[in-house]
Amino acid sequence: MSTGTEFLEIQSHPLIRRVAHWLLALSIVIMVGSGWRIYNTSPIFPFSFPEMFTLGGDGAIAIVHHNDGGVANAIAWHFAAMWLLGASVLLYFLHTLFTGHLRRDLLPVGPRLFWRDFSAAATFRLEHRLGEYNAVQKVFYLGVLLAIAIMILSGLAIWKPVQLQFLTWMFGGFQGARLVHFLFMSAIVGFMVVHLALVAIVPKTLVAMVTGRATGAPHRAPAGE
Amino acid sequence: MAKLPGLQRTALVAQIERRVLLRGTMSLGAVSLLGGCDISDSDAVQGVLGAMSRWNDRVQAALFSPTRLAPVFDERLAVKDFRYNAYYPKQKAPVLNAADYRLELSGLIGDKRKWTVDQLHALPQQSQVTRHVCVEGWSMIGKWSGTPLRTFLDRVGTDTTARYVGFTCADGYYEGIDMPTALHPQTIMAFQLSDRVLPSEFGFPFKLRIPTKLGFKNPKWITSITVTNREPPGFWTDRGYNWFSGI
Repeated sequence: MSTGTEFLEIQSHPLIRRVAHWLLALSIVIMVGSGWRIYNTSPIFPFSFPEMFTLGGDGAIAIVHHNDGGVANAIAWHFAAMWLLGASVLLYFLHTLFTGHLRRDLLPVGPRLFWRDFSAAATFRLEHRLGEYNAVQKVFYLGVLLAIAIMILSGLAIWKPVQLQFLTWMFGGFQGARLVHFLFMSAIVGFMVVHLALVAIVPKTLVAMVTGRATGAPHRAPAGE
Repeated sequence: MAKLPGLQRTALVAQIERRVLLRGTMSLGAVSLLGGCDISDSDAVQGVLGAMSRWNDRVQAALFSPTRLAPVFDERLAVKDFRYNAYYPKQKAPVLNAADYRLELSGLIGDKRKWTVDQLHALPQQSQVTRHVCVEGWSMIGKWSGTPLRTFLDRVGTDTTARYVGFTCADGYYEGIDMPTALHPQTIMAFQLSDRVLPSEFGFPFKLRIPTKLGFKNPKWITSITVTNREPPGFWTDRGYNWFSGI
């Protein structure tokens, strides 16, 4: 093998980023699961989530013991996991900012690059390279971070419509905040579905996110690299 | 991300990666088990969630401002046909007789004489159009009129340095609030809903209207008030809901 023209692909994730990623994933699973149970007690759309996909204990048992279908349990989960969510978002954000991961790997993204990579992805021609995010990936990761930020703010607006009434007002009132909270939950769940599907297609990204490092087959360096 | 030139990938590395991948997949499976029913019903999990709920009580007490008012709305937005809400049907709601009713006082209160409905109605009153927010997520704007609890507590010589005020109700319900909330200017003993004497199913002769708390912290058909330094239990708090439940 000749050196200089071919490169081994390497994806590496420092420990703190991995810890933050998995804590964030765990807290989002808890927030979504308990949130769906809470939603079911007073749905804002004409559908409910099947109880088996929600978090809050066995509904039938809860009715016997607590006169309640498990929503007390779900609320307890939601307001416990919000601290885990807040802590892991903070950890991830600070680490991403201070290590330069945000500036170097996530931020340089423009509409033209996004469109180029998006059309390539849509026609299954986009190549995935370990250790390098394409423009579609960048927009996805930045987008989900933004969605998480909006979820935290709209969640606070629902939790404290009196003490944080300015925030609630910003979302168009209590009902507006509930609607935004639901819509961005949907966006995050949508992200997770695509994210997991792509991880299944390129499993080495999971290896890197667990062990911190994964290597892929060498690829030819583009001209000028 | 950095690219190192010319490294060759060995079979050993590939083997390790496979093993790690397998482990990673198994931990993903463990996360998905969270959605199962058993985990929430375990004592250890309930212990952690209970401790977090107590922590959230403290956070909420710190967030509560004794002077910040709940948003008030135009009277035209007040719902005339307010939603009946309890854990039993309307027909089972207590119907109290005004002539027989007596409000009992206990605890750190100077004058513990009982109050009749007429005596209560003679107290100074004010109105509010505020949003009732239910823990379930629905909310409704209503108009309530009555006496600030603070006015009443002052009138009967309450030790307002005490920490809590507790309530018991004709239907067996019980609830307790922190003293700062009890003294909040919008916390009222509501004698009227939508400009009419509080109907039986809404808590006649009076309910507590606290626009800074969730709906279940607004007890109806109140028959006794106690002022105490020991945290009074709450009906729904005993069933797993958060105690402070401020909004």
